[in-house]
Amino acid sequence: MAELTLKSRRFREEREGEWRKLEELLARAEKTSSALSDDDIIALPVLYREALSSLSVARAISLDQSLIAYLESLCTRGYFFVYGTRATLLERIQAFFRKDWPQAARDLWRETLISVALTALGIAIAFALTSSDTSWFYSFVGQGMAQGREPTATTADLRATLFGGPEQGFLAVFATFLFTHNAQIAILAFALGFAFCVPAAFLVFYNGLTLGAFISLFVSHGLGIEFGGWISIHGTTELFAVALAGAAGFRLGWTLAFPGAQSRVEAMSEAGKKAAIIMTGVVCMLGVAGMLEGIGRQLVTDTLTRYAIGIAAIVLWCVYLYLPREHEP
Amino acid sequence: MSTAEAPVGRPPPPGTPPERVRELITPEGIDLKLRLADMSERATAFFIDIAIMVGILVGGTLIVFLFALGLGRRSVEVIAIIWLLGSFFLRNFYFMAFELTPRAATPGKRALGLRVTTRNGGPLGFDAIFARNAMRELELFLPLSFLSVYGREAGGWGWFAGLIWCAVFVFFPLFNRDRLRVGDFIAGTWVIRAPKRSLELDLASPEQKDNFLFTRDEVDAYGIKELSVLEEVLRRKDPPTMEAVASRIRNKLKRGRAFGESDQQFLEAYYRALRARLETRMLFGHRRRDKFDKT
Repeated sequence: MAELTLKSRRFREEREGEWRKLEELLARAEKTSSALSDDDIIALPVLYREALSSLSVARAISLDQSLIAYLESLCTRGYFFVYGTRATLLERIQAFFRKDWPQAARDLWRETLISVALTALGIAIAFALTSSDTSWFYSFVGQGMAQGREPTATTADLRATLFGGPEQGFLAVFATFLFTHNAQIAILAFALGFAFCVPAAFLVFYNGLTLGAFISLFVSHGLGIEFGGWISIHGTTELFAVALAGAAGFRLGWTLAFPGAQSRVEAMSEAGKKAAIIMTGVVCMLGVAGMLEGIGRQLVTDTLTRYAIGIAAIVLWCVYLYLPREHEP
Repeated sequence: MSTAEAPVGRPPPPGTPPERVRELITPEGIDLKLRLADMSERATAFFIDIAIMVGILVGGTLIVFLFALGLGRRSVEVIAIIWLLGSFFLRNFYFMAFELTPRAATPGKRALGLRVTTRNGGPLGFDAIFARNAMRELELFLPLSFLSVYGREAGGWGWFAGLIWCAVFVFFPLFNRDRLRVGDFIAGTWVIRAPKRSLELDLASPEQKDNFLFTRDEVDAYGIKELSVLEEVLRRKDPPTMEAVASRIRNKLKRGRAFGESDQQFLEAYYRALRARLETRMLFGHRRRDKFDKT
């Protein structure tokens, strides 16, 4: 009879046990990879290769659709486990801070310089324009952002905004709000880079414009030094973070326009991953900046100390990101 | 394993256009034939995820609000921080956190048997996951906030231009072969179907003795394509379909219905005979694609 000689059925009967074992191991591994014992870890790649070989044979000799579909699904799951990332979360975080982030930041030095230059240009233009005619102030700073810090305000009012603060109990809330708000903007700046850099460049430039207008306002009331302290305690970190986010966006847009020697798709995926590393770092930096702004600035009201903290912060960031490392090729 | 002129491999399962199958050769040299997820599946998965996110946000806000009521004014600070951070992380890291797990899929994707993977088959790193999900800002949140807030301020032609600009990113997946989102594009990833399947019963296992004998001509009536259709019919076990198919086959074979034979018995027996015949021929290098294949 036909059944007795059906080779595909005998093939399946001989190997089924191993497939089911692999399936069971994968089901456990997909929940948490720590659920596997050492023996399982050793057995899994062997079982996976056996399943692959079965798949290859099954495609050649079997016409059982469901069997082939089962083996394909099993092998795909096995492949992702065997050749997927194995590093634990802790190892990945360590690698990120130790190697990935500084390396990516150094790779993007050109974009970072452009980004910083754009911010500086924005500051200079807004400063010059607002100083010559105070009505320019309203073009650079929205109503919501000014919060009473306008050209019509008195010097005393302005001084109060620099040294007063929200009531003590809300410092942490304030810091959290600043962090989430800024991080959201930074992620947006990064994503906008995809549109050939233009919106990202505008965002970075606009950031500079706003700052320049404020500087001009406070300088005109003789509060320049104090404002510098007020802004630099967190501003060095925050501006640097925004510049990095802009740089990440530039890298994306630039690669999209000029992919270089690689194909556009390949070049984009490389640029995207590098920019993503920068952005992860930017979110961390903005967390620090949020704390400096929300908590540090309200507690430290001495202008000199504020300057010291701000300068120390930027020096530390630069040393951390740009100082050459030994272990690099 | 295959002759040069015959297209290799079995026909893809019904409902999967062949152009959605992508080659992934493992280091062991075997093509896994990954199937890309359809647009509809990805949209469904996405809406499931959005529903979960909104559910968590509403539920979380309610709980936080109740706590605030219960604990009074002193705890407002802590609660505000929890809410702010919670909604920030939910918006930005919901997708990332789930895609970092070994399954590389959010609950919505899991429900539809999808997963994220790199296009070159390499390991899926955190950088790729961050990149593909940070782009949602451009694809989802920016158009949403544009429609709800900024759009009204712009007005008229500005609104129209903005709408088109947003649409470019939202409908990006419809305009490339691999159904890549902007995020997939820059992260070097794509979304494939990797459902868990269980091993089904082998229809060729003899549960009861067959009383059917088929002649050589009868088992040569059909090819592989018809066999796979028959397999589906037998797995589904829908009586009207089985009856229709059985009578079609009987007509084709010019075979009467024997006394006491049920349609299912007949189909199962014929499936075994046909598969045995086709597999034997396959071992000798003939893959008979369908009934029109006269080799």
